[in-house]
Amino acid sequence: MEDKNILELERRFQEKIDNDIKIEPNDWMPDDYRQTLIRQISQHAHSEIVGMLPEGNWITRAPNLRRKAVLLAKVQDEAGHGLYLYSAAETLGADREETIDDLHSGKAKYSSIFNYPTLSWADMGAIGWLVDGAAIMNQVPLCRCSYGPYARAMVRVCKEESFHQRQGFEIIAHLAQGTPAQKEMAQDALNRFWWPALMMFGPNDAESKHTVQSMNWKIKRSTNDELRQLFVDVTVPQAEMIGLTIPDKDLKLNKETGHYETGEINWAEFWEVVKGNGPCNKERVDARRKAKEDGMWVREAALAFAEKRKNK
Amino acid sequence: MSKKEWPLWEVFIRSKQGLNHKHVGSLRAADSTMAIENARDVYTRRSEGISIWVIESNNVFANDSSESDALFEPADSKIYRHPTFYDVPDGISHM
Ligand SMILES: [Fe+2]
Ligand SMILES: [Fe+2]
Repeated sequence: MEDKNILELERRFQEKIDNDIKIEPNDWMPDDYRQTLIRQISQHAHSEIVGMLPEGNWITRAPNLRRKAVLLAKVQDEAGHGLYLYSAAETLGADREETIDDLHSGKAKYSSIFNYPTLSWADMGAIGWLVDGAAIMNQVPLCRCSYGPYARAMVRVCKEESFHQRQGFEIIAHLAQGTPAQKEMAQDALNRFWWPALMMFGPNDAESKHTVQSMNWKIKRSTNDELRQLFVDVTVPQAEMIGLTIPDKDLKLNKETGHYETGEINWAEFWEVVKGNGPCNKERVDARRKAKEDGMWVREAALAFAEKRKNK
Repeated sequence: MSKKEWPLWEVFIRSKQGLNHKHVGSLRAADSTMAIENARDVYTRRSEGISIWVIESNNVFANDSSESDALFEPADSKIYRHPTFYDVPDGISHM
């Protein structure tokens, strides 16, 4: 009886998904669907928050006031993205504090791209152009994700992201057209961020264990390789346009398919970074942990003040 | 770990004069003043609003979604509430 009941609930759930009817927080959902979403949304939230660190590194050293105001606004947006996503995870019953503790203990992952250092101002250009560009490719299809709160968060995020990519492209295009030293800086940033940006889309489809189920649930709407291809196809001509060279000697346009073909991605490096052995993994998590601990007394004081006022 | 978290608030924004407040999301804040300030920073950075309401999430009550079929059934069965239910002879206008 009980099993039959569950089967019927599952059938109705999948029927809704197949008919593009959104799932909302109080609706019945299979436990795996809930857990998969909590994992994906909280990973995404952590990426937004940790993603502030490499760029925060350059706010005080921006070359002029305009660039500084823009970078500040961009990083502030990322904090907002983190908040929308943590809130979406909470609608699934995830505990906020636990979610954040999982990041700090290393149990939860975030995008491996943020474990690379930002060595020069040109990296602010490369990040906006490539990293936000790749994030947009990932996030646009998620606006149609089957889970309502996640889809709505993505709509807000995507609206804000478009300036992120443009400001980065502006920085790198400007440097690429500058003095030889500036151009070299731009090329160096592209050299360092190109491959990690391609890795942002995750393992090849054949290796990606969650893809099939996630596609059936419409949590994921395009595969890793499809999105990566899309990114390569739009980005290569942009690099050419500003006179920079993609650091891939095997890169070529396949005239028949109309798609670019890239060289082999260094997956060993990818997995090393995911496992915690990238250049900045420790630094990033330490910075988040320190932020939480250092701010603890402020949060406690605010709460004590609110309680005191309430009881008056 | 302190288990005392700031409470969760639901945020409603009036995007312009003449429209009603609409739910835009949620956030955590120690009290209502901070909730409004945070909502300003998070949900109206691009002139999305001219008025903000916040309400503590645990003061929001919702119907049981597993019983929503029964809850909303009366609306489906009373089609005479819609103008299309009625026959109006040809030639009658302004109705
Ligand atoms: Fe973002
Ligand atoms: Fe961004």
